[in-house]
Amino acid sequence: MGAWEQAFVLVFQPYNILVMLAASLFGLFVGAIPGLTATMATALLVPVTFFMPPIPAIAAIVTATAMAIFSGDIPGCLMRMPGTPASAAYTDEAYAMTRKGQAETALGAGLIFSAIGGLFGTAVLIVAAPSLAEFALKFSSFEYFWLVLLGLTCAVFMTSDRPLKGFVSLLLGLLIAAVGLDNPAAFPRFTFGSTEMMGGLGMIPLMIGMFAVSEIIRYAVDTNPPLRITDKPLGNVFKGMWSLARKYPMQVLRGSVLGTTVGALPGAGADIAAWMSYAISKKFSKEPEKFGTGHVEGIVESGSANNSALAGAWIPALVFGIPGDSITAIIIGVLYMKNLNPGPTLFTNNPQNIYAVYLLFIIANIIMIPLGWWCIKVSKQILKVPRNILMPVIMLFCVVGSFAINNTAFDVTVMLVAGICAYVFEENGFPIAPAILGVVLGGMLEENLVSSVIKADGSVLAFFTRPVAGTLAALTLAVWFLPLLMRRLRRLAGVQVA
Amino acid sequence: MKFNDAVWGALLLLFGIVILIHVQSFPKMPGQHVGPALFPGIIAAGLAVCGILLVLKGLATRRAARGDAAAWASFAPWTRDGHYVLALALTIGVNVFYILTVDRLGFIVVGVVYLAVLFWVFGVDRRWLLPIAIVVTLGIHYAFYKLLKVPLPWGILQRFIY
Repeated sequence: MGAWEQAFVLVFQPYNILVMLAASLFGLFVGAIPGLTATMATALLVPVTFFMPPIPAIAAIVTATAMAIFSGDIPGCLMRMPGTPASAAYTDEAYAMTRKGQAETALGAGLIFSAIGGLFGTAVLIVAAPSLAEFALKFSSFEYFWLVLLGLTCAVFMTSDRPLKGFVSLLLGLLIAAVGLDNPAAFPRFTFGSTEMMGGLGMIPLMIGMFAVSEIIRYAVDTNPPLRITDKPLGNVFKGMWSLARKYPMQVLRGSVLGTTVGALPGAGADIAAWMSYAISKKFSKEPEKFGTGHVEGIVESGSANNSALAGAWIPALVFGIPGDSITAIIIGVLYMKNLNPGPTLFTNNPQNIYAVYLLFIIANIIMIPLGWWCIKVSKQILKVPRNILMPVIMLFCVVGSFAINNTAFDVTVMLVAGICAYVFEENGFPIAPAILGVVLGGMLEENLVSSVIKADGSVLAFFTRPVAGTLAALTLAVWFLPLLMRRLRRLAGVQVA
Repeated sequence: MKFNDAVWGALLLLFGIVILIHVQSFPKMPGQHVGPALFPGIIAAGLAVCGILLVLKGLATRRAARGDAAAWASFAPWTRDGHYVLALALTIGVNVFYILTVDRLGFIVVGVVYLAVLFWVFGVDRRWLLPIAIVVTLGIHYAFYKLLKVPLPWGILQRFIY
């Protein structure tokens, strides 16, 4: 049996289909509730996927995230409150359309162009990942060291307008990764004599804490009055979509390309893709003055961008084990748990698993259209779910989920502390995404640094002499120093710096 | 609670220095120049440098700003409302309660208390507090204990094990 046939068999098992359907409903629900994000959906799914075979586990996450990114548009459109951060860029626009009585067009555009963007990102994943993997087979520790460093650098500069605070967050994440025995000398670091900390701090409890518990704390101290849902009835969401697709083909393409690229860059995910895409759409539009008044063009472009970013983020995750966004950071943890260690050998040794991932992406983005349509229909009921009941239930679920990975109460403590820290740090303007990348990549960075230093035997030059390593090094240093240099040049030229 | 960047910077600087001192006690790998101290050492140095930069930045903002923005620490509106402070304390408190007592009292008892307390502070209708808490706890217990085989502790309900 060929690898593709095996992949089909893996994906089209009744159990897997059932998992995908359940995960879709879960994703649509989580995305549609403001305050519950796609990353949180992933973190909550992990304890459950822990008990599944590899392909259904990945299927659950792929479908749930795709659905959640789309359904985040719904409360944005109906209540002016984005369901996930990825929809925040065009929430005002969508709400303005609702007030003009065009809610169904805004939601329809969100749905259809989400699916198109998702399929575009998948196509790029299918084409780009295997050839990158072939290239990556020749990488040594020097290349991997620079690659991880470049990834982390991008994460700091992409996720925040305050790179300094992003950098602090990243360093703290790397430090968390250093806890325990898992280092080149197997020496217990920062364990304070505790046997539980010898194994390091569990990735899953950390993520559940950072992305779910912190949101519940935020809910507990949220003083804003509850939002009102618009009571206008919704028409046919598919009406006029074909003409939109014909009117804005360039926007869809541009949004998808930008989304996939931003997604593939480590650290930046669907939310940043949507913001950038919305801004670009406005800049190149023939009618920029209509933006903000209920104009669908920006929704078309950034709606395709945020879903294509999801697939794009998988490219570096699968090929190098470097997550493209915080969702794939969690997924990399799941891949390791399932013995599907990411890296170029995944493509040569087990191609059927990779092909299965491609199929899952395609299916998820296609079933999104009927399921999303149904979700829009029942959205007013979903938005009426009382949050004062939902939030405590989610937090108890987090507790049990953290416990379930290793069956120890210590992991619940890790989750709680991570949640409180994430809340305090975010309140003070430190972004969280770089920290999670640091946690995921810390081990890999240290391993490649130490083995490179040993191989180089005291010579700094060895880090730059291999051609690919040298190029990656130059790129990394450029990202670090170009902004500084540009500022200096601009100041010299006497131009006012904003 | 928001602190001026200089406060964070000072904390980070101190933290970085403590780690730098601590890693000096790590052993070397035999025959190598590098050891387990290298990586955390670099990170700690980075944290200390960031700390210094944040202190400078924080002081600059303080000098430039007046009134609220110049304060060392500022408090969000919820900190002046007893209800929200209680909600925050209980949100964290129920988790501490869970961690400390779940082995002795068992998941079902602790879970019901956990949910009921949070429902109460978030303003769920009193008549429904306990019924919902019990149903949800039993549901989560069934899903994880029966379906996923997670050994959630029984505690004082040991006799009713199923």
